[in-house]
Amino acid sequence: MTDQTYNSKATRQDWMGLLARAPESALMPLWDKYEVRPNFEWLRSPEVGGVMVRGRTGGTGARFNIGEMTVTRCSLVLQDGTVGHGYVQGRSKSKAQAAALIDALMQTSAAGAVHDQVIAPLEGQIQSARTDRASKAAATKVEFFTMVRGEDT
Amino acid sequence: MYVAVKGGETAIENAHAWLAEERRGATDIDELSIVQIREQLGLAVNRVMAEGSLYDPDLAALAIKQSRGDLIEAIFLIRAYRTTLPRFGYSNPVKTDEMACDRRISATFKDAPGGQVLGPTFDYTHRLLDFKLAAEGEVPAAPTAQPRTEATPHITEFLKGEDIIQDEPASDTTPGDLTREPMELPSNRPLRLQSLTRGDEGFVLGMAYSTQRGYARNHAFVGELRIGKVAVEMDIPELGFAIDIGEIELTECETVNQFKGSKTEPPQFTRGYGLVFGQSERKSIAMALVDRALRWEELGEDNLGAPAQDEEFVLSHADNIQATGFLEHIKLPHYVDFQSELELVRKLRREAEERITPKEAAE
Repeated sequence: MTDQTYNSKATRQDWMGLLARAPESALMPLWDKYEVRPNFEWLRSPEVGGVMVRGRTGGTGARFNIGEMTVTRCSLVLQDGTVGHGYVQGRSKSKAQAAALIDALMQTSAAGAVHDQVIAPLEGQIQSARTDRASKAAATKVEFFTMVRGEDT
Repeated sequence: MYVAVKGGETAIENAHAWLAEERRGATDIDELSIVQIREQLGLAVNRVMAEGSLYDPDLAALAIKQSRGDLIEAIFLIRAYRTTLPRFGYSNPVKTDEMACDRRISATFKDAPGGQVLGPTFDYTHRLLDFKLAAEGEVPAAPTAQPRTEATPHITEFLKGEDIIQDEPASDTTPGDLTREPMELPSNRPLRLQSLTRGDEGFVLGMAYSTQRGYARNHAFVGELRIGKVAVEMDIPELGFAIDIGEIELTECETVNQFKGSKTEPPQFTRGYGLVFGQSERKSIAMALVDRALRWEELGEDNLGAPAQDEEFVLSHADNIQATGFLEHIKLPHYVDFQSELELVRKLRREAEERITPKEAAE
């Protein structure tokens, strides 16, 4: 994956979504291990806020508001002018900063290294946690069998 | 009339200090950590998030610790905190049909695609106290099986083919938001659902139970109940596209109700809907039953005068923070109010005695 270009919208959506969903306890050790810290300036320093989550009546109908969730966001610019945004679940400013830096680096020549050392292992961890729950759920699936009763044979 | 009375400051300070000490409990016992509450009292955390109307498990756990386990007090703390948060925006509607289901059951379709998945449920436990939990010990790993990878469609989708269930056509009308403008009556279904999902679990349960016992009878089956994680997506203006901003656990319940038809609708099944933060199964089913009862007018049913059909009654009393605020304020000093009441009763008493006394003298 190192030689892939990372500037397509879909891919940026993917890594930003991954960084938003990832638990801080999973992201930060990987980010700390990456070590490279480019210089940057804040465009918007980290702030904690709320996003109102919406659903639809009956799952498919009219929109309605369920309740809010906490989100932390920030924006920064690297010295080469690359802009990175962090939008992450929860209230961690350090996680938001890491996400914005990773978002910026993923648009530079460092993309391959950041992908291999942070994004891919993080994706792997999240996928494995998801598969773990799905496997436990699968084990609680009811396997019906029909008892034969009555006169008919 | 309010008259400021001074003199309570020291008493209040000392009361708060004692509260902190009582909250900590015996100091020879380990202190509870926030993560212990988050991980081991997850359903309490879920209730605080749902009724506090803010999805943040760590904050909910902190609120539970601070409130000494008084969940309504914890919900109050969360509601107060959320008013301090700047609003970044509104998410796109969550796609519950793409939920990674921990649990998914149907009381109506045994062989629904995706199957009946029980998940980590209390159902079928014997409700006998488990004294093994009183002792520390390792929990054996839960068994696993080949995980499903395909999406789990909503069960109502299968009934739709036959056109025998009321449709829920998509609409992107901007819904009202109770956190932005106060409820006005008559309301509408999106506002009712917002009110119910953050409403008091006990109240919503009681209302739902009343419909089952015959007050606005609308015999409900749980068409589907699912619990699991969904991604939350929001349009980000500075990016020009939508990204996932997180992932939340939801419980969704869809009831299927008998419906004989009305002047405008053919006989078909109708639906009630519940969607609640976290694993909140009882609340979600109750919400769906109350939602269905409140839809009587839209479906052309008769108003039977049942409490659960009365939108004003249900929505005005569902919020436990409003309720407890008004209820508990009567314990705060009302010395002056009461003084005037006391004067009035004494005066009435004097007048009554004066009326009786001359009569006795005449006899």
